[in-house]
Amino acid sequence: MTSTITTYLCIGCPLGCRLEVEEEDAQIVAVRGFSCKRGEEYALQEHTDPRRMVTTTVAITNGRWARLPVKTTAAVPKEHERAVYAALRSVVMRAPIRLGDVVVGNIRGLGVDVVATRDMSEGDGV
Amino acid sequence: MISDKPHHLRQQYDVVVTGAGPAGMAAAIGASEAGAAHVLIIDREREAGGILQQCIHQGFGMHHFGEELTGPEYAQRFLAQVEAHGIDIITDTFVDVARSDKTLKLMSAHEGVRVISAGAVVLATGARERTRGAIRLPGTRPSGIYTAGVAQRFVNMLGCLPGTRAVILGSGDIGLIMARRLALEGVEVVGVYEIMPHPNGLNRNIVHCLHDFDIPLHLSTTVVEVHGRDRLESVTVAPVDDQRVPIMAQAAQIPCDTLLLAIGLIPERELADGLRLRMDTVTGGPLVSSTMETSQDGIYACGNGVHIHDLVDFVTQESLLAGHSAGDSLFGRRPPVDNVRMIPGENVVSCVPHTISTDREHTVYLRVRRALDKCAIRFGEIYEKKLRYVFPAETVTVRLTPRFLARFPGGALRIDILPRQGARGDEEAA
Ligand SMILES: Cc1cc2nc3c(=O)[nH]c(=O)nc-3n(C[C@H](O)[C@H](O)[C@H](O)COP(=O)(O)OP(=O)(O)OC[C@H]3O[C@@H](n4cnc5c(N)ncnc54)[C@H](O)[C@@H]3O)c2cc1C
Ligand code: SF4
Repeated sequence: MTSTITTYLCIGCPLGCRLEVEEEDAQIVAVRGFSCKRGEEYALQEHTDPRRMVTTTVAITNGRWARLPVKTTAAVPKEHERAVYAALRSVVMRAPIRLGDVVVGNIRGLGVDVVATRDMSEGDGV
Repeated sequence: MISDKPHHLRQQYDVVVTGAGPAGMAAAIGASEAGAAHVLIIDREREAGGILQQCIHQGFGMHHFGEELTGPEYAQRFLAQVEAHGIDIITDTFVDVARSDKTLKLMSAHEGVRVISAGAVVLATGARERTRGAIRLPGTRPSGIYTAGVAQRFVNMLGCLPGTRAVILGSGDIGLIMARRLALEGVEVVGVYEIMPHPNGLNRNIVHCLHDFDIPLHLSTTVVEVHGRDRLESVTVAPVDDQRVPIMAQAAQIPCDTLLLAIGLIPERELADGLRLRMDTVTGGPLVSSTMETSQDGIYACGNGVHIHDLVDFVTQESLLAGHSAGDSLFGRRPPVDNVRMIPGENVVSCVPHTISTDREHTVYLRVRRALDKCAIRFGEIYEKKLRYVFPAETVTVRLTPRFLARFPGGALRIDILPRQGARGDEEAA
């Protein structure tokens, strides 16, 4: 029997409880350290299926600014977070753009779109 | 009308708002809702939105819209409302002086100087970042030292990087968010240094910005000197003792070409000073009444120009009130004069607004000196509320209702935040 304890910092509120998830043979046997239900739920979520929203910028030509802010329409599994950023590095959009326009659809097959988070009118890009 | 050419402006407006950030936009909407027909917002930037346009991360609007938006999305929602109200916006135009007679001298990037007048003025000028001078950081004067917000603008709007290897001083949310931002853009982030023994930002940002990217956080440690002739070459960091004095015997030199200072914001007070408004030496902004009126009739203020907010939602709430009050004042609708002065007591650093009235409901915003677990906030003898915790980095927001205020005869009301004895488990989160 192998037993492991993974620790997490709860992000639910400023108290920042130190959470522990104990596993025996890949089965969760205990969650400790929380002071409220939110912490317990967070520990389980973060342990079993951690997800992150991606917010970044992509290049845009002939826009008012040189960068267009974008986000994923939902949080993506944490292990794919970096790959999503990497895939966006080579994207170049062209103004004008409307808030919500799809920048990359179904990015990396994750079932999530990357969309613009603002209108971008044409301009000199600086 | 949105324009960058002042010749499109009227000579006389009912309400003029200086600054088109979230505060200015909400104030203009408030004024318009109160019945002001001609409302103008002036901003020196090329577009409305203020600091939100560069805050591309999520975390805005949970209270106001019930969903988490990015900064630009939050700004765009308000801009749409501003346009729907027929409010004018003039960009690329700096408000040089605002006068007590409610005339304003504007400087346009395209058309030079112009003077306009208003029935009421709302100052919504936001904040500026504390710089190297504020912490008297010794050393040479090389390039490569930026405030975090400037670097944020470089990266998120202008599309350029501040350098290749960065040290970040300050663990507030701006410092943490920039650590992730730079790391993602290929800058090597050596670490975040924090003089206090605890981080100042949200735990969410500690996890999502530092832990996820293996960026170390050094607590009770600060930057004591910068080195380099033309470009920054290194910084000296040292741990500090409990009096926050650096322990130089344990100092270390860290090579880097970029230092980001994320060491706090202070209200932009130039217009307020020009008006000779009475100021709060703690918040750095003007004294305001319960209607967000300053010490001069018909001059209102709101947003980060009054006190530093951690949530934009509260900026919006406070600024709608300021705008409504400014609009109401044009029609002679003024509520009873405030009869209560708010006096920060034990573990309370500041309180905004500075005065309130016993006949109405108010939302007050407080800052505390030190963290406390399981505590209670007391307003004189009239009202006490349990708080689960307080932290210096987090505003304490309390709603005061006439139910309690009616018991108070008026005068000075002292506010204390005290530890609680024999605390039970049913307390309310702050
Ligand atoms: C990096 C960072 C991250 C943040 N993260 C969050 C978050 O996750 N969630 C959240 O809720 N809040 C967050 N905030 C806080 C929030 O963004 C601010 O509280 C809010 O933007 C303040 O609004 P404001 O309108 O008072 O100021 P600003 O947005 O600064 O707007 C002030 C405007 O006034 C203009 N101005 C000033 N002086 C003049 C003049 N003399 N003439 C003409 N124009 C003038 C400026 O150009 C500017 O556009 C963050 C802030 C920063 C800096
Ligand atoms: S467990 Fe509950 S009390 Fe503890 S940090 Fe998380 S949300 Fe806050």
